[in-house]
Amino acid sequence: MMRLELVKRPQRSMLFSALSPFIAFGLTMIAGAILFALLGVNPLNAFEIYFIEPISQVWQLHELAIKAAPLILIAVGLSVCYKANIWNIGAEGQFILGGIFGSAIPVLFPGFEGPLVLPLMLLFGMVGGAAYAAIPALLKTRFGTNEILTSLMLVYVAQLFLDWLVRGPWRDPQGHGFPQTIQFNDSAVLPELMPDAGRANWGFVFALVAAVLIWVLMSRLLKGFEVRVLGSSPRAGRFAGFGLNRMVFFAFLLSGALAGLAGISEVSGAIGQLQPVISPGYGFTAIIVAFLGRLNPLGIVAAGLVLALTYLGGEAVQSALGISDKVARVFQGMLLFFVLGCDTLIHYRIRLVGMALAKGAAKLDAAPKLKEAR
Amino acid sequence: MSADHDGANLLEVRGLTKIFGTLTACDHIDLNIAKGEIHALLGENGAGKSTLVKMLFGSLEANSGEIFWNGEAVRITSPGMAKKLGIGMVFQHFSLFEALTAAENIALSLDDGSPISSIAAKARALSFSYGLPLDPDSLVGDLSVGERQRIEIIRCLLQTPQLIILDEPTSVLTPQEADKLFETLERLRSEGKSILYISHRLEEVKRICDRATVLRHGKVVGHCNPREETASSLARMMVGNEVKAVVRAPADGIETAQPLLEIRALSRKPATPFSIPLKNINLNVRAGEVIGIAGVAGNGQGEFFESVSGEVLQQDAASVRIRGKDAGALSITVRRLMGAAFVPEERLGHGAAPRMKLSENLLLSRHATDGKVFVGTGGAVKSGAVYAAAQRIIVAMDVRKSAPDPEAAALSGGNLQKFIVGRELDRSPAVMVVNQPTWGVDAGAAAHIRQALIELARSGSAVLVISQDLDELFEISDAIAVMHNGELSKPLPIAEATFEKIGLLMGGAEPGHAEHTLETA
Repeated sequence: MMRLELVKRPQRSMLFSALSPFIAFGLTMIAGAILFALLGVNPLNAFEIYFIEPISQVWQLHELAIKAAPLILIAVGLSVCYKANIWNIGAEGQFILGGIFGSAIPVLFPGFEGPLVLPLMLLFGMVGGAAYAAIPALLKTRFGTNEILTSLMLVYVAQLFLDWLVRGPWRDPQGHGFPQTIQFNDSAVLPELMPDAGRANWGFVFALVAAVLIWVLMSRLLKGFEVRVLGSSPRAGRFAGFGLNRMVFFAFLLSGALAGLAGISEVSGAIGQLQPVISPGYGFTAIIVAFLGRLNPLGIVAAGLVLALTYLGGEAVQSALGISDKVARVFQGMLLFFVLGCDTLIHYRIRLVGMALAKGAAKLDAAPKLKEAR
Repeated sequence: MSADHDGANLLEVRGLTKIFGTLTACDHIDLNIAKGEIHALLGENGAGKSTLVKMLFGSLEANSGEIFWNGEAVRITSPGMAKKLGIGMVFQHFSLFEALTAAENIALSLDDGSPISSIAAKARALSFSYGLPLDPDSLVGDLSVGERQRIEIIRCLLQTPQLIILDEPTSVLTPQEADKLFETLERLRSEGKSILYISHRLEEVKRICDRATVLRHGKVVGHCNPREETASSLARMMVGNEVKAVVRAPADGIETAQPLLEIRALSRKPATPFSIPLKNINLNVRAGEVIGIAGVAGNGQGEFFESVSGEVLQQDAASVRIRGKDAGALSITVRRLMGAAFVPEERLGHGAAPRMKLSENLLLSRHATDGKVFVGTGGAVKSGAVYAAAQRIIVAMDVRKSAPDPEAAALSGGNLQKFIVGRELDRSPAVMVVNQPTWGVDAGAAAHIRQALIELARSGSAVLVISQDLDELFEISDAIAVMHNGELSKPLPIAEATFEKIGLLMGGAEPGHAEHTLETA
């Protein structure tokens, strides 16, 4: 008889909209404390190891930048998709294809060196990611398929394709049978920003530049206006003369290209060769980054750093406390859950339907009695 | 605490107040409805009619004030409770499932688990006894708007209410259908039921209502007997000052003027099972004239508008011609660049994006036509220029708002409509196509919009107005055509058009009939 119902609030609280990511972070902390306590670890101690220690030295900040760069790059692209109400869930696959396309140059032409190599690789990476993202876009516009499913399924195709490549045709012949390609030559490696201080490479700069450019696109350019109109009211967008199909391609190609750039930057900068696995789930974590950053490119930079920390913290608690580094995934999942939960409660309030009716009836009965009492 | 002075009052409202933030939507409203009377609730848009009715029906709770039902104080906290008391409501916008039958739709709202067959039988009996014939087994999707309204009324009557609230019931009916409805209402009155009748059509209020309560800016400004008032005195009470009558200067030399908008043999297959196919529509709108398209809602007007605007493209490029050039295969943006402007029926979500600012909504329809002014190099939006233009329109159309550049959804319907119409008028388009220009707009603003449309035509533009409001069409049109079931009649020059002729065409009389009267006239 009782039923939960979401009732749209007439007004959204601006204050709580802004606070939402912080509330979500706080709730994640509380839930995390319970989690650590249940694992038999002192939560305060665990939090220090998880969130403070991994960023207490300069070289560690460089590690943070390495982890944050792909998250930010992918997430700013996804933010454009999500603002347009287009659901690209397959950034992980586009990331992998970007890595593969870009790596084709140093792997297939190991003798090709010089200043042209790196720009070409980055360009190839973007083309690869964009081309792979074009598949769900084409399927959606041509056949009306659900892009959530197609883009997600293509992730697994990409993972297996990479696995096959590094075990098969692209395997390093001198690699003692290990499933990996040759080490890239020096001109195919993304340089480090400050080699003396730490390992962070130009990928982080790309991420910051992309965030600023996407911010300009979304807030200053007509194209960004088109994205927002089509995303919030498609019929008004059609009335404005904006094409929904064109927008599907634009959003997928843009986010695919940025995921591809992230992919080749990771392979060329942090790894230096292709391996069966080149991403600890950056493409999926970036979805959390995008929402935690309120789909705002500048917010995404901050959110990217926070989520990068969950990766580092996961590694830290594994080595210090012997807890599985899967705990990082749990933290990321909880964070997304609470962000979406907070956002939902900002727009809606919960009503118990069965109870409300019963209450109404009680008042109806009570009214005459009240009168008698008087 | 009962109403001691008059025992016959079914409903008594005292000092009912509802405050939203800083706005007092209803300010100490007093209202008495006697048993067996039809009571009119009059007021402009935003006067507080809807808020008051929602409080009576339990969808909103009052901040203060009392409601007495049969002399006893009650608190109406939910629509379910209002129904239990005996208050029924027929909404302006129907809430029916098109893919279900009439009886199934009724069963959904009754919620008492009785079998569909018995509900259907009851509904059939009731519908015939009230002169509202209805086949309970027919699919709602196949029914006309008038028939759908009957379902709503029957659904309401099945709950044997003492008070029936009707919100703008005739806005979707032909004059003949409205006559039928009035008979039913009079019948209900003779049975001792009370009716609260919300309308802005003053003539019909004068015709059927016993008493009227007039609201303005959330306050009761008067109670009166509408039969003793004139339409203009009622309007004056509603608006607070004299409503300027629309002046239609004679359209000289139209016969020789160039057609700026030509529709030639426009046909369109239905896009969904419930949309109307367009059948061989022909129409010319010449420079300097206003052509009105009358018709009951849902007879293809929406489909026609989409085809003319270019939101939906035509196979035959020559089926829509703008300023002498084929436009049927061109997008809405190109059609705008050719000099056309469009105002759709739905304001929120079609003509405007609800969560966007007014200035952004200006850009919505004018980013291409005013590309040089509003968009700079590299596609950068010149927000300063857009903002200034939006403010110019706001002043020109007297758009009332709470912030300098609010979200579209924050405006009242009438004010948003003024902005959307003003947005297009500001361009002085050569061809203007408007669907329901003043739907839900208060009398003062409606007169303003109508006058602006006439002046646009007289300055040499072609204006096509699709409207359900016959009074409006007779006020502004040089000729009126009628759309019925996807077909368009020949335009009837205004001098020959009468309510009766148009009404017959709206009800589906042979298009040949109109041609015949044209020739004999």
